[in-house]
Parts: sequence; C-alpha cells; structure tokens
Amino acid sequence: MSGEPVRSIETPISLEYRYTPGQASSRFLRAAAEGRLVGQRCPVCGKVYIPPRGSCPTDGVPTEEEVELADRGVVTTFCVVNVPFVGHAIEMPYVAASIQLDGADIAFQHLIQEVPADQVTIGMRVEAVWRPPEEWVPSLENIRHFRPITGR
Amino acid sequence: MTEVLSASHRLEYSYRRSVGPVLGRFLGGLREGRIEGIRARNGRVLVPPQEYDPVTAEPLHEWVPVGSGGVVVSWAWIAEPLPRQPLQRPFAWALVMLDGADTALLHAVDAGDAAAMRTGMRVRVRWRSERTGDIRDIECFVPE
Repeated sequence: MSGEPVRSIETPISLEYRYTPGQASSRFLRAAAEGRLVGQRCPVCGKVYIPPRGSCPTDGVPTEEEVELADRGVVTTFCVVNVPFVGHAIEMPYVAASIQLDGADIAFQHLIQEVPADQVTIGMRVEAVWRPPEEWVPSLENIRHFRPITGR
Repeated sequence: MTEVLSASHRLEYSYRRSVGPVLGRFLGGLREGRIEGIRARNGRVLVPPQEYDPVTAEPLHEWVPVGSGGVVVSWAWIAEPLPRQPLQRPFAWALVMLDGADTALLHAVDAGDAAAMRTGMRVRVRWRSERTGDIRDIECFVPE
C-alpha cells in the first residue's frame, strides 16, 4: 500500500537566452536611455511606428526616418488586472493599457497609475512619469508608468 | 549603423500541475522510497503507471511493486548538462526497465563517463535523502 497520494507538483518552465533587439530597436532603446522617445516613419504610407522595428509591416520597406515623439498620448484600450502572479510587485488592481503617443500610428503597452482603476477610460489623455535620470537604462521601463493629464 | 544591443533574458512560468490519482499514488510511493507499477489488461506492468490501458482504454487498478534496480534499454550521453537537469555533471539520459516492469522509465544515470555506459547494463536507484513526492525523489540511477 502506498502512502498519502500526491495531488499536484510544481513544473516550472524556464527559458534563458540573449535577446538582441536589432538595429531599429537598439536606436530606440539608446534614445530611451537619454529620456527620448524615438519612432520611425514609413516613407510610403507615412505611418510612425514606436517602438520601431526597422520596416513597415504594410509596405515592406525600411523605415529610416526617425521621429521624436512627445511622452504623452491617449489610451486606446486597457485591462484592469486583478490576478497577481509569481514575482509580482505591483499593488492590485492595476491597469495595463495600450497607449498611442501623439504623432504615432501604433500603440504600445504600459501601466496607468495615479488614478483609480475604475476611472480609466478609452480615449483618456495620459503622460509619462519618468524615473529619475540617474536610473535611466536602455529600456522602456525608464517610464515608471503613465498618468492622466489633468488641469493642464 | 548603431551598435546592436544585447541583454540576457529569462522567460519563466511556474506551473502547478494536478497529477491525478494514479501518478499521485506513484509519486506518494517514491516519497517513501518505493516504486510501483500498474498492471495492464494484457499482464504487462507499466512503470510509470498509466490511468488507462494503452490498448483497451479500460481503467487500470492493479498495483504491482517493482524493483529499484533494472536494465538500461537505451541511453544518450549529456556532455554539457543544462540548468535544472538532474545532474550538473556529465550524465546519461536513459530508459531503464526496472526489475518486474515491462516498460521503461526515463531517468538520469550517473555513470561518470560515456565509456561506462552500455545498453543492457544494470543500474540501481540512488534515492534523494529528502523526498517530497516527485520524480526527482529518484536522484538518479547508478551502475550496479
């Protein structure tokens, strides 16, 4: 006869690798390390991509023209996150949003804070809250989060 | 041209998986230092055990203790172990047919050198001193 049966086991899956973002994203990340947000414009359709990937997915041409964008924009969609996961440091609930910067034609994902989760709306104007310059590294995490633009 | 950046990255998911009644009992046995198989409808003893007969799909219930020694039926030498593999020195992945079993169990063999490995060799379980009810309760197999 066996002892107490086991009900469940931990089966962690982990993948460690070196990530090389390529020319376009490297330029974007180096600019981010200086507190600047630099996208690229397609020479055919004129769309501005940020973060840039080096080519236009619609026209298939290189996007070489760089465009510096303001650190403010609009919430295009968002998700209120109520479920914590392992290694999570943010207070629940929090808001992950797609943010389209002024002058950009695609959105990227970031956090919305300094506002109750139930007051975030699609179309809300937001601005970046940067970490102190001495903490800047080549990462979009230099922006701590976005917050609503109020009374300005 | 911009010098391309490069950074180390780790993608990790920490799953907890239900094992079901059959593997649950098998793993509970490992915690106590015993290995049990399950008898299929055709009489073969399956190790690790399966919930359902691989031929007739009937539920299986007859548990059969098997030995902690057995025979290597196939193996592959791992010269450079990866993180989280059972041993952090060169070892063999092996299919081990335990005494009394009719199917083989995949596990590590700590043979020291590939020259010490051969199909048909006898190996024996090296139990982990602190067991939790996990396949890693078998630390590895060692040549007899």
